[in-house]
Amino acid sequence: MSDQTNTAAFNYAQTINAMDQRPVSDSGIEGHSPLHHADLAAMAKAQQASTGTVELTELKLRGHIVLRGKLESSAFTQGVESVLGLALPGTLKMVVNGDISIRWISPDEWLVVVPGERTFEIEQALVNAMQGHCAIVNVSGGQTILRLAGSDVQKVLQKSAPIDVHASKFPVGKVVTTVFAKTQAIISRTGDQEWELVIRRSFSDYVWLWLQDCCAEFSLVVRED
Amino acid sequence: MFYIYCPHCEEHREEEEFHASGEAHIPRPLDPESCTDKEWGEYMFFRTNPRGIHHELWVHAIGCRKFFNITRDTQTYEIKEVYKIGEKPTITAASVTAAKEV
Repeated sequence: MSDQTNTAAFNYAQTINAMDQRPVSDSGIEGHSPLHHADLAAMAKAQQASTGTVELTELKLRGHIVLRGKLESSAFTQGVESVLGLALPGTLKMVVNGDISIRWISPDEWLVVVPGERTFEIEQALVNAMQGHCAIVNVSGGQTILRLAGSDVQKVLQKSAPIDVHASKFPVGKVVTTVFAKTQAIISRTGDQEWELVIRRSFSDYVWLWLQDCCAEFSLVVRED
Repeated sequence: MFYIYCPHCEEHREEEEFHASGEAHIPRPLDPESCTDKEWGEYMFFRTNPRGIHHELWVHAIGCRKFFNITRDTQTYEIKEVYKIGEKPTITAASVTAAKEV
């Protein structure tokens, strides 16, 4: 079926069965970040008083929603805008509105990051707002975000990724998916000395170990989310 | 190492992010059932191995994950042109030969 023929007939909300993937709060099951075993919270408490040139914060248990659709389809772009209050960013751009952000991934793919507890609500709102040929997938369980802040973060990235991270080539608000150490990361610059890495769940321990090793010559401190 | 311009990301990236997917512009036979073994075998297995201009399919595997084409000189390794799927190359073996003769 072509895009043209299914636009009118296809109702996303009636076709897709979205479900809440977070454990119910009184179920006794606790959601864990992929870095749960590293006990970053205890490290953050112990390092509370210390300062570092690389400050690591895991933005854990956020809602990650992948949107796929065509920019030419106004039913898609307006649907996103009405729900998130943000227009879809263009090539290699990231937009932020409070605690909701959208990262450009490819010409027809975006990553929306929302507060964990609002994931299902926003996913449902997106499903209800969409018309036509598109996809909305909750990938929260598959990845996590690390925020790196400090004067030596740029050097850490220079050691880890084959991209130019100088401010002239990598301004605030830019996002790239690239090689990070021996895995991949969605790297975005959120401030002059502040960066965010979206990493795969299965590689989170590797990235955590890599960062500790990489920061041996700097001073790494862990901060509470 | 190549420094490749991705037409979808609209900037140059290291070769590490890409993966080569072989020769470009190989149309699948419209009716595979009616192909002779020779025709199907040639579609499936036989590739050109030119000295000079070669059109290749690449994928930005760790990046936007989109496919695109590269025109490359197999002698000098120089990337002559990058173009999206569905577009036609402006530099071909024929156009290079014609330019030399002028």
